[in-house]
Amino acid sequence: MNQPREELIEATVFCAYHQVAHSFVYSLEENGLVELVIFEEQKYIPKAQLPQLEKIIRLHQELEINLSGVEVVIHMLHRMEQLHQTVTNLENRLRRYEG
Amino acid sequence: MAYIDYYKVLGIDKKATEAQIKNAYRKLARKYHPDVNPNDQNANKKFQEINEANEVLSDPEKRKKYDQFGENWQHADTYGQANQQQRSRNSGGGAPGGNPFSGFGGGEDFSDFFGSIFGNGGSGQGRQTKYRGQDYQAELHLNLQDILQTHKQTLTVNGKNIRITVPAGVDNGQTIKIAGYGSPGQNGGPAGDLFLTFLIKDDATIKRDGKNLFVTTSIDLYTAVLGGEIMVDTLTGKVKLQVKPETQNGTKVKLKGKGLPVYKKENEFGDLIITYEVQIPTNLTEKQKELFKELSQS
Repeated sequence: MNQPREELIEATVFCAYHQVAHSFVYSLEENGLVELVIFEEQKYIPKAQLPQLEKIIRLHQELEINLSGVEVVIHMLHRMEQLHQTVTNLENRLRRYEG
Repeated sequence: MAYIDYYKVLGIDKKATEAQIKNAYRKLARKYHPDVNPNDQNANKKFQEINEANEVLSDPEKRKKYDQFGENWQHADTYGQANQQQRSRNSGGGAPGGNPFSGFGGGEDFSDFFGSIFGNGGSGQGRQTKYRGQDYQAELHLNLQDILQTHKQTLTVNGKNIRITVPAGVDNGQTIKIAGYGSPGQNGGPAGDLFLTFLIKDDATIKRDGKNLFVTTSIDLYTAVLGGEIMVDTLTGKVKLQVKPETQNGTKVKLKGKGLPVYKKENEFGDLIITYEVQIPTNLTEKQKELFKELSQS
């Protein structure tokens, strides 16, 4: 474990707070959507992954999207963000020739 | 304050069953949910509208009241008075004639129309659905000089002071997320996020492409032909340049490391590219014309 303990949240605590089954978070790990850290046989969630994990839970709970659907949505959002970045870069380059 | 047709918002018939309401809500929520529409204020607003419609229509008691008094809500005194009084105490009154959804951006959960029928505590009377707060968008306008060094800056967004780090070399249009600085959540839901977009204005004479800067500078014909020294403006002041003899119009010169700092890479800098624009002399005297003729024949 390379991260300091204060940067980690126990998976069981997280699941209880968000009222999700432990198996759900472990499935996310199996599908590569979150990375958990094991320390003294306990699974922990790095704080940096909280926004992504909470987004996944909102998609699952509020929109009733199943795990496969969540996976597709997350990948599409990532792709959308990359395209948005590309468009911004191209717009910036274009400005050089327009003005 | 206008009447809001919640059935129209969800695109359903007035006789819709609970299952049909749920389906319609799910379908629209999946389309407009803030998590699947990042940085889209219109989608955020639409999501709040469908949430409000769902809050009323999916609760049998609220739906009954809405159906009974909805279109005639201004006359719904029987149960409205108590809520109105409560609401006036809480918020100091509504905004007559304003946008029915004006409450959404200001931290309130539902529209004035909703409040007038169900009171501000309307959502607390039935189910307690947790909703994440709305995301806020903000822009920070900077000049090229402002991004030469990483520095701290304090911004005021919706009345809150936020101290942020402006990283050196940040790109125009780049957006950063400041978690938890959006609108507060509803019914214990998490707060939204603040999306801050950096808008970097080009300098009047210096253009930017990523980490590199571009400047066009005029040189007179004699300096271009014979060579000489010129002064060129950069973001950090003027620099002296040696122009080589017989420099052609459009010649580019690269000043290594005189561009912008590379984003999140310490001690790495782009280049400054200078393009020479040779100026042909005008208003020549007769003697000068003669000399040029002589030159052209030599």
